[in-house]
Amino acid sequence: MRKDRTGISQDDDRSPPADLRGAESSNKTRNCCGVGSVSGSTGPISMEFQAPCPDQVLENVLENVLQFLSSRRDRNAASLVCKSWWRVEALTRSDLYIGNCYSVSPRRAMSRFSRVQSVSIKGRPRFADFNLMPIDWGAHFTPWVTAMASAYPWLEKVYLKRMSVTDDDLALLAESFPSFKELVIVCCDGFSTSGLAIVASDCRQLKVLDLIESEVTDDDVDWIACFPESGATCLESLIFDCVECSINFDALESLVVRSPSLKKLRLNCNVSIGQLCRLIVRAPQLTHLGTGSYSSPDDAVPGEHASDLQSALSACKSLVCLSGFKEMLPDYLPAIYPVCANLTSLNFSYANIHSDQIISVIFHCHNLQVLWVLDSIRDEGLQAVASTCKDLRELRVFPLDARGDNEGPVSDVGLQAISEGCRKLRSILYFCQHMTNAAVIAMSRNCPDLEVFRLCIIALHSPDHVTGKPMDEGFGAIVMNCKKLTRLAVSGLLTDRAFGYIGKYGKLLRTLSVAFAGDSDMGLKYVLEGCPRLQKLEIRDSPFGDAALHSGLHHYYNMRFLWMSSCRLSPKGCQEIVRALPRLVVEVIKHDVAVCPDDTVDILYMYRSLEGPRDDAPKVVTILQ
Amino acid sequence: MESKVAYENDLNLKATELRLGLPGTDYSEEQALFSARNNKRPLPDTNEKCGSKGCTDAPHAGNETAPSTKTQIVGWPPIRSYRKNNLQPKKTEPEAAGIYVKVSMDGAPYLRKIDLRIYKGYPELLQALENMFKFTIGEYSEREGYKGSEYVPTYEDKDGDWMLVGDVPWDMFMSSCKRLRIMKGSEARGLGCGI
Repeated sequence: MRKDRTGISQDDDRSPPADLRGAESSNKTRNCCGVGSVSGSTGPISMEFQAPCPDQVLENVLENVLQFLSSRRDRNAASLVCKSWWRVEALTRSDLYIGNCYSVSPRRAMSRFSRVQSVSIKGRPRFADFNLMPIDWGAHFTPWVTAMASAYPWLEKVYLKRMSVTDDDLALLAESFPSFKELVIVCCDGFSTSGLAIVASDCRQLKVLDLIESEVTDDDVDWIACFPESGATCLESLIFDCVECSINFDALESLVVRSPSLKKLRLNCNVSIGQLCRLIVRAPQLTHLGTGSYSSPDDAVPGEHASDLQSALSACKSLVCLSGFKEMLPDYLPAIYPVCANLTSLNFSYANIHSDQIISVIFHCHNLQVLWVLDSIRDEGLQAVASTCKDLRELRVFPLDARGDNEGPVSDVGLQAISEGCRKLRSILYFCQHMTNAAVIAMSRNCPDLEVFRLCIIALHSPDHVTGKPMDEGFGAIVMNCKKLTRLAVSGLLTDRAFGYIGKYGKLLRTLSVAFAGDSDMGLKYVLEGCPRLQKLEIRDSPFGDAALHSGLHHYYNMRFLWMSSCRLSPKGCQEIVRALPRLVVEVIKHDVAVCPDDTVDILYMYRSLEGPRDDAPKVVTILQ
Repeated sequence: MESKVAYENDLNLKATELRLGLPGTDYSEEQALFSARNNKRPLPDTNEKCGSKGCTDAPHAGNETAPSTKTQIVGWPPIRSYRKNNLQPKKTEPEAAGIYVKVSMDGAPYLRKIDLRIYKGYPELLQALENMFKFTIGEYSEREGYKGSEYVPTYEDKDGDWMLVGDVPWDMFMSSCKRLRIMKGSEARGLGCGI
């Protein structure tokens, strides 16, 4: 069975478990020899480790070569060649990526990789974002930062996603890493402005402080004023649009003035347009700007700052990315027209403005590659996008009113238009009330570069609203025609047939999200048996049971995780998984709003791990053993 | 929910009302409408054990786990709460949880936010504003507005117009006020002279 390449390679034991050994492992070694081998050997090298043969010259050469390998998948492959390559790869790996914080312990990771400068850690599964998981489930940064404090004193970058981070963690980080340069925190929680203050004041080399869609408690601490007050800062990126705290504007302005390298600045809502003007004037070198509220409650005359704003923005010749607009005053919309032509990325997904107002902006944005909007853009707005934004790579259409009415503002008409106008589309996330197979099929044919197709038909079990048929053929066409597809989210009325298509054609699929779909166990079986690259599978409210779960036994070690909630699993069925696959951690979680009786499983969350059951699970989590 | 209250207070119309649910089910009107509107395909005979799946299909006798409207399904549609919380609501009906509006005052560096629902009427609101921003408002009269004050409380209504606080009945004000601004008296001249 092919081993997964996206996470860390399996552990120190050079012999893989019996069920994972196979012909393919020798294929890999042959490739790796071809890549960097010095010895000239072309035959497969045995995975079983023989007597050690230290060859210092060889290792030095290897080290010099392997340090150029940046892709972690390449590195994982290289590390499987032999013990020597494993050792050298470990020494030369500078970026540590932990896709699931519970798959490996900090101690184990750090004893293998000793010279790491950048660490990325992901915690909770994505469905936790939608309140499907208890709040205190886990994913704590504390054990990681504690271990890194001693293991990686020269650490420069930390990237965290869906982790719980405390102020103490941030304090330890600021104190332990004198070369620390970049902190990127995405969808995390647990810390406050006090923690930010410590980072601001103590990380003297800080280039990047990006806080994205995270919950930050407002401690009333003026963290902006905590940046060193004199001399230039190294700041290149400061993103804090999600931090809901009041801002000491004078401190912020002074900071911007002292940061000549600042390229990315995303403000929160508490910066008015007048203040925004002043900041932009100080930082015309900005490439990424988040405008904050884009509102001006103090206006005696609405829009009185418009010409100031427009000239300030015009001076930003390098501006390529605009976002913010959280309380947009339409009077100020025309101020951004002059910069639209250069924009490659526009995030209007918090701007609740009329469709024609959005269209008036879109008509200037010929170079747009990334567009995030609300569905208030309407089908007409999407038609404008289709006719103007020929270079569009990524589109996300979010619902303004999540409940929606029968007639949503965007529909198959908009999707069809986009497919016809934006042929280079690679990634789409589209929320709508209803859809047709025809529009989805059209997209599958018109946009061959699609890698990510996420369609969320909000009305549950919604069929093709023209033909009344299930949405099977639409999604089938997507997997069939989009040869580069790696991520898929399905919705609407779907039978097992749709999953049959996915299993048959979705050979490159890595991530699949399923909700309220399918008829029987066969649906899940098709997918588990047919998609060899599947890494992340998240399913909710679908009629898949124990038999379906068992059909994936051959594959679960290759996956990062499987999530199944409100399906038809029993504790007994999940227990059998544990018996068959000892390296899997199988968590059964009871959710507060549990609707299932006791003989079914509310939430199953399972993932491979080198560490066995974690010891920080809350009471609602049962780890089957 | 309001319809339930009406039923309790009036004649027991509930016992005799025509509904789409099976007899004996305690089913809200919205649930029944939702099922009918969506043309559910028939369930297989071996009924699903899982309640949340069942609740989206045709009426289940005694299914106490069914959500009352389509909005009650946890985590659906899949939108992060960060995004939901940040969207400017343009709802016409005020939320039961509180009507928060921003309050700015000319010359003050920070805005404040207040919940209009806490106040019973204009006197309480104005008192609170005075305390919050440390200033005094003069006497209100319909004819002359806030005569003799250094500062005048104004608000932006749903149509985007700036109005003088106090002109309309309190309930109307609560539902139409989008934000408050305490203007300098000199700038507010003209607002108090009627519309």
